[in-house]
Order: sequence, then C-alpha cells, then structure tokens
Amino acid sequence: MTPLLEIDRLTTRYVSARGARVVEAVSDISFRLEAGETLGIVGESGSGKTTLALSIMRLLPPGARIAAGAVRFEGEDLLAKSDGEMRRLRGKRIAMILQDPMASLNPLFTVGDQVGESLRVHEGASRRTAWTRARELLTAVKIPAPEARVREYPHQLSGGMRQRIVGAIAISCEPRLLIADEPTTSLDVTIQAQYLNLLRDLQREHGLALIFITHNLGIVARMCDRVAVMYAGRLVEIGPVRRIFDAPAHPYTRALLESIPRLADARARLTAIDGQPPDLAALPVGCAFHPRCPKVEDRCRREVPTDIAVAEDHRARCWLAAR
Amino acid sequence: MTLLEVDNLVKHFPVKGGFFTGGGVVRAVDGVSFRIEAGRTVGVVGESGCGKTTTAKVVLGLETPTSGTLRFEGADLQTLDAAGRRRYRRSVQAVFQDPFASLNPRMRVGAIITEPLVVHEQLARGEARERALRLLDVVSLPERSIDLFPHEFSGGQRQRIAIARALALEPKLIVLDEPVSALDVSIRAQILNLLRDLQARLGLAYLFITHDLAAVAYMSHTVAVMYLGKLVEFGPARAVATAPQHPYTRALFAAALPSHPDERREDVTLVGEVPSPLAPPPGCRFHTRCPVVMERCAREEPPLVHTDGRLVACHLYSPTPGVGPWQPQRAAPGSLTSPSFTTGGAP
Repeated sequence: MTPLLEIDRLTTRYVSARGARVVEAVSDISFRLEAGETLGIVGESGSGKTTLALSIMRLLPPGARIAAGAVRFEGEDLLAKSDGEMRRLRGKRIAMILQDPMASLNPLFTVGDQVGESLRVHEGASRRTAWTRARELLTAVKIPAPEARVREYPHQLSGGMRQRIVGAIAISCEPRLLIADEPTTSLDVTIQAQYLNLLRDLQREHGLALIFITHNLGIVARMCDRVAVMYAGRLVEIGPVRRIFDAPAHPYTRALLESIPRLADARARLTAIDGQPPDLAALPVGCAFHPRCPKVEDRCRREVPTDIAVAEDHRARCWLAAR
Repeated sequence: MTLLEVDNLVKHFPVKGGFFTGGGVVRAVDGVSFRIEAGRTVGVVGESGCGKTTTAKVVLGLETPTSGTLRFEGADLQTLDAAGRRRYRRSVQAVFQDPFASLNPRMRVGAIITEPLVVHEQLARGEARERALRLLDVVSLPERSIDLFPHEFSGGQRQRIAIARALALEPKLIVLDEPVSALDVSIRAQILNLLRDLQARLGLAYLFITHDLAAVAYMSHTVAVMYLGKLVEFGPARAVATAPQHPYTRALFAAALPSHPDERREDVTLVGEVPSPLAPPPGCRFHTRCPVVMERCAREEPPLVHTDGRLVACHLYSPTPGVGPWQPQRAAPGSLTSPSFTTGGAP
C-alpha cells in the first residue's frame, strides 16, 4: 500500500540575493507517514523543521528552493503540481495550523466567514450552507455558544478559543493530513492540555494523519506514534516514540532527553549539552553534531554519517549506530 | 533567615473606561503573603493573569503596592530612607526572559555588566574592567567577550551576560522571570545548572517565575501556586509537584506534559478559561472551573490553612464551623477520584 505521505531525499536551500550564501535548511530528508498516524518532528530553532513543513505545503518564501528530492502525497508528486493544483489541495487535502492564531485569522472578518471560507472556495458551498457548517464545526472544536461566536470577530476571543477556530478551519474540508507547527506554544498549560485533547479527538473521529512540529519532547511523548529528530537541517533519528525514549540511538536525542527537567526529578544536576547549535551557513565538517557530541570519534569529524537502520522502523544518522 | 517577607500584598490597576465600556479595577495581586529565605529559591507558577509577574515587579520596586508590606531583612520598605532604598535596590536584581531585549545592542558586554557598578559605586574604568572580567569568569564566558556586542552572542550566552550583570552588585536576591523560556531546549539545562551552581557558591536567593512546571520543581525549594491574583498553594517544591492538594494545582500539574510516553497523569482537564481579573468570581476564585466545587465555594473565600506540610486555600481542607474536620461534600460530576485527594495525604 502506498503511504499517505512519502518524503524522499528532500533538500531545500535558501539562497541570498546575489547567490553568495547558500544555506541548506533541509538536507536529504526521507520518511513516510501512514494514514491516521501521528508523527512528531522535534528540533531546536534553526533545525529546519518549519522549512520542512513549508516544503511539503509548497509555501516556501521567496529565496527558498527545493533543490532535490520528492514529496509524494497519496501517490502523487506534489513538486510536479502547478500552483493552481496546489491551491486546490491546500486547505482541502492537507491543512496546516500555525503557532500564532492571531496571525492566522483575519481581524476584519467574522469567525463564521473565516471558518466557512474553505468550504465556499473548495466545495462551492453557498454562504448560508457555509455558515451552517461553520456552526457545526465550532461545536466540533468544543466552543461554547457557537451561534453567538460565529458572528464575532477574532479580537473578541481568547487565545485558546482563537486556536480552536484555526483548528475548525483546518478540519473544515476533512483533510487527510494536518500539519501543526508549534500549535500550543502561545497557550497556557491547562489550555494547552485542552487543545491537545481536542486535536487527538479530531484525529480519531476523522482518521487524520498528523504531523506535529515542536521543540517540546513532552508533546511528542503525549501525542505521537513516531518521532523524527532534526538537527542542523538533517533528520538525525526517526522511530517509534517509545523506542526513541527508551533506547535513543543518536547521542543528540539521548542528550536532549537527559537535559530536560522532570516533575519528580531527584537528580542534583541536569545533564547539559555543551556548546550551541551550529550556524547553518558554516556547518562543521562531518557530522554537524560532532563538536558537541560526548562520543565523538575521528570518523565523525571527517564524514557525514549515512542513514543507518538501527532496528525495524528505527533509523539514525550516527556512525555509532552502525555497530 | 528570612530575607524577604511579603505580607498581604495587593496591587490593583485602575482601568479607564473606554468609549463603550465602563472603567474598573484589575485585581492583579489580591492579598498575597510569602517569605523568601536567604540562599533558597521560591518558585512561582500560574497561568497568564495570575499575578506572578506583577508580584515580581513589586518585589523589584518597579510597581508600588496598592497595600500590604514588604520587609527586607526585617525592615519595612516603606519606612526606608533614600539610602536604605538604594541598598535594597542593590540587593535585589533581575534576569528577564528575553536576552535579546534586555541587553542594549549599542553597548559592549563589558559596559553592560559593569553599568550597575558605575551607577552605584562610581567605579573607575580600570577597576570596572577587572570586575567585568571576574564576572565573565563566574558565568563561564571567555575573556574576549568583554569587547564584543550582544548581537555577537547566542541566546544562551546572552542570558549568561544578563546573569553577570545581575551579579555585579553582589545581590542577595535575584528575580528570575522566565529565564530559560526563550532559549533553545539544549541550552536550557546549561543555564538552569549555572543558576543552581551560583546559588550554592554565592548563597543567592531566587524568586523564580515560570510556567514550566518541571523546571520549577527542579529549581525551587518552595513553590507558590497562584490563580487570579491569589495564592492557592504554598509548600515544599517536591511535595507540591508530586502530591498537589489544591484542585487547581492538581489540574495544573496534571496538565504538565509527560517526560515519557508511558507516564500517565491524573485525568483532570479543566473546562473553560481563566475569568477576567477585572471581575473575579466571588468566593473562591477558582470555583467556576473547579471539578470538585461545593455550594460553599461560591460564597466564602477559603483561607490558607495548613495541611499535609503546606498551605492550601480550599474549603476541602478548611474545617467547617460546627462540622469538625472537613467532610468530603462532593457535589460535582466527574470529580477527582485519586485516593490521595480523599485522604489529603501523600501518595
């Protein structure tokens, strides 16, 4: 069976105005996503996780170019599609939720107009039908008093409520894939918990596949089936969440897991990762993590590690994983 | 030894009426009391609008309290003379969330971290440079940093610069307002470790404000949980984090993200959102969202009472007059059912 989404050796570069500087934000990345599955993509700022999502959506800013690879969605090559075909796909088959709900909503239109917009554009629904559906969608994302809310404007709503509206827009055309880029970063802890529960419910009801882009391993532990770890534009490890948490193969993944404080923490000190993430324009030779790696060997300083299968469905880009 | 004693602190912000709306008063902090012991960390947690940042601003002297007293080393701040206030400001320093905003981009690092010394001690230039080098060493930055500008540093390094500046006057208390929230995940542990090392080495007290529950549990000796301007629970960090008692604290820590996929938390999801501090609910401010709300909660405000080695402001733990020790008068559907809740003991 073909997977829902297949990324094959994808490379995306940012090129400066005169072509003087080239930064490879997504470098030779491959993975698959099955229907109904939840994949977490974790990484720090600048690791390329958002560029990866934008490459899949073909929403890259000017100056960024997909240099190599393929993105296949339901068996079709998205990179070969025309802009018009992509527009018909976005919001209908693939939807996206961004970090800041205020920036995703138009302050001049009512909630009802915005939730119904995709239906009118993609399915040719009448204004009246779109409004009726909008009310149902608000109920689906558990917004109290949807009849009143559809007539309100974004500024009249709280942050958690706005993010629910964005969620309602995302599911309005029943997409097969939902990409959520740090959807709860701007929310309070208890509101975040509500929102994560909501996303999980929506996913179950609609059989959505979910890509969760985050820097927070806690969200991955709570929400995801599989996790992909990114570092300096490369996918350094991917596998089932439980396996990655119990037996990480890449030293970066291991260090990340150990550096995070836990609620019932009895440790006197956190295990910190020395140094800082590299500048993508001046990557170290060999493995990009080698200057910070506690297990660095000679080979790591010379050669970029290849993608190595650690176990079934578990891959890591680390020379140590080869043994 | 008690370093800072905050007693019944109130900070209200009057709001001017708009074109269509009447004015009002935002009750940002409404009768909060706590103490910070020398060399210890008090963590303050709570969601937006709970008053944690306002509390920090009052402690820093950036806001004047509407009422209530602050005593530093036993002296009431309001009765201090100018020299006394200056001494207080030296003794209490701050590190803020965003090291990109808190450092002047036009000043060199050496000038940034010695500015407090220049202001308070009229230090000569040569001496200032020597002190700057020593401070850089304390926060593990290379010597050559002294002549660089903030933009030449990463987020974690900038936060080290901000810490060095806070240390310049050898303070006794540092207010840490979300000190690692803006940093990359792999850098946070470095800064948290540095802060703990500095505390051990220099005997600093911290007022640590954050929404990161695991970080607060790791860093603090005592934790204060705030909700809509009120203190709802105050006690030893480990006890509060692992066996929270107030229904809000329970919900808050239940909502904290797991550190492992198999970690299961109590299933307490709060309904609704935090009410407006312009019109906080009567009685217990949490009663509109509380999963175990009782009839009494909407009428009477619960006092802070001692229970299980901490202070909790909840009617579940306050003895009802004439009824003796509290009875579980549970009224709400979907109530909390873990055994620790009914016994009030640690699990």
